Amino acid sequence: MAVIKTEDLTYVYGEGTPFRKVAVDHVSLSVEEGEFIGVIGHTGSGKSTLIQHLNGLLKPTEGRVLIDGEELWADKARLQAIRFKVGLVFQYPEYQLFEETCYKDIAYGPKNMGLPENEIDRRVRETARLVGLSDDVLDKSPFELSGGQKRRVAIAGVMAMEPKVLILDEPASGLDPKGRSRILGLIREYHKEKKNTVMLVSHSMEDVAKHCSKILVMNKAKVFCYDTPAAVFGRAGELERIGLSVPQITRVFARLKAMGCRVDDDVYTVGYGREMLLGALSKQTANERESEA
Amino acid sequence: MLKDITIGQYFPGNSPIHRMDSRVKLVLTIAYIVLLFMADNIYGLLIGIAFTLLMYTISRIPPVMMLKSLKPIIPIILITSALNLFFIRSGEVLVKWKFITITREGVDTAVFMTVRIICLIVGTSLLTYTTSPIDLTDALERLLSPLKKLRVPVHELAMMMTIALRFIPTLIEETDKIMAAQKARGAQMETGSIMKRAKALVPVLIPLFVSSFRRAEELALAMECRCYHGGEGRTRMKQLKTSAVDYIAIAVMAVFIAGVVVVNHLTKGA
Repeated sequence: MAVIKTEDLTYVYGEGTPFRKVAVDHVSLSVEEGEFIGVIGHTGSGKSTLIQHLNGLLKPTEGRVLIDGEELWADKARLQAIRFKVGLVFQYPEYQLFEETCYKDIAYGPKNMGLPENEIDRRVRETARLVGLSDDVLDKSPFELSGGQKRRVAIAGVMAMEPKVLILDEPASGLDPKGRSRILGLIREYHKEKKNTVMLVSHSMEDVAKHCSKILVMNKAKVFCYDTPAAVFGRAGELERIGLSVPQITRVFARLKAMGCRVDDDVYTVGYGREMLLGALSKQTANERESEA
Repeated sequence: MLKDITIGQYFPGNSPIHRMDSRVKLVLTIAYIVLLFMADNIYGLLIGIAFTLLMYTISRIPPVMMLKSLKPIIPIILITSALNLFFIRSGEVLVKWKFITITREGVDTAVFMTVRIICLIVGTSLLTYTTSPIDLTDALERLLSPLKKLRVPVHELAMMMTIALRFIPTLIEETDKIMAAQKARGAQMETGSIMKRAKALVPVLIPLFVSSFRRAEELALAMECRCYHGGEGRTRMKQLKTSAVDYIAIAVMAVFIAGVVVVNHLTKGA
């Protein structure tokens, strides 16, 4: 069964005013359990609005959202319980830190869930380990930490709620390259370890290509496409027309193919490209040897 | 949610009233208040009402806004009229029931006071409806600039007001974001007792304070980088200038004040 399902989800900002804007326009999609979905789109394409619907922070103007087959907003009393199934990490999540110590801050979500003390402790320590925070950091004030550490504490705060679905809105923005790859790495680690569903909103095609099993491309409040990375990047021309680009490595291979090299053009990670090139090279040397003999 | 709150009530437009020099508008608003207090009977107030209606018509502010401006002071109006109605004991008695005595003078005063308060609020609201908050602080700074001689930091105060006004929408947006983030972590802000809800605000207020301080520091730095060092010798991008419209407005106001004086005199004679 799909863990997230939206049916004709539509959201309109400022209905009845001159500032009326359709932010999400009849979006229907379903996300299966255990998937790693990348969400890509321009600023203002509706991706942030879309994900805020998935845990009931926004109420759809039209359409429905189903989490685990249960409709959000059908019963307001259940909203809170369903909300705990979908963990949402906002952009710049470090701005939500408020407790005296990192430990307490990570424990804030689990505490709101009404979990017993020892369970909270287990979750805090486990997620702290997962995001690479040592015990002495847990006792520090979150305001003393570096930017990357703060970010990890904030993400841990949501992970500790152990949601079935973890949604992250540009978790790596504003960090240096090292911090970026560290955050993205720990998200992949989390996905591998927990086998939970993850949705990653990003600007970077490279990040999404590297990690995701499926990609959702949003354009002008609508779903542009929702498919495997290979299928999505196969439509490079169309993506470029809406102002998004395919990963650099995909472009390199498309050019190589156009120049007559015998390579596929569905390469979208550097690792796969390397294998492909090595394979093509060894084939070529083998052929040359044969012809020499 | 929070976005629905309008801060300041500026109603953009291009009527003659909108185009007036904000200093003149401010001074005339004060003159208007004086007019209302000069009128010592209901006929004088009628002139005030006429003036208010005339100005609203010229400004093309929707009449609904007049009612909207009155909404917050309804309790004040009710209390004042009730006090006047029940506690003025002089004059011809109209109703006498147990301890309640209502006299003609009481009714007159109650009506008079109510009309005066309504005129006061509706009329002065027009200033904020037709002048943007920034223009208003500008006007204040100019009008108060003589106080600089008395070492009152007029420019600094005006700058502080301008910055505060500028950052209100930013703060609202920020609050919205933090609230959403904490709600996603299970904070309950819409249910529970008042104490519980107040407690739920802590996770919103602390991050808000932290980011406000950070933003203030950044802004101060950015201003210093552009060589801001107080009001000394600064010129303005937007020069305040009086034009024909302002002189006409002053003349109209003078006529109405004269009208009130005449009416006061006539009714006294009668």
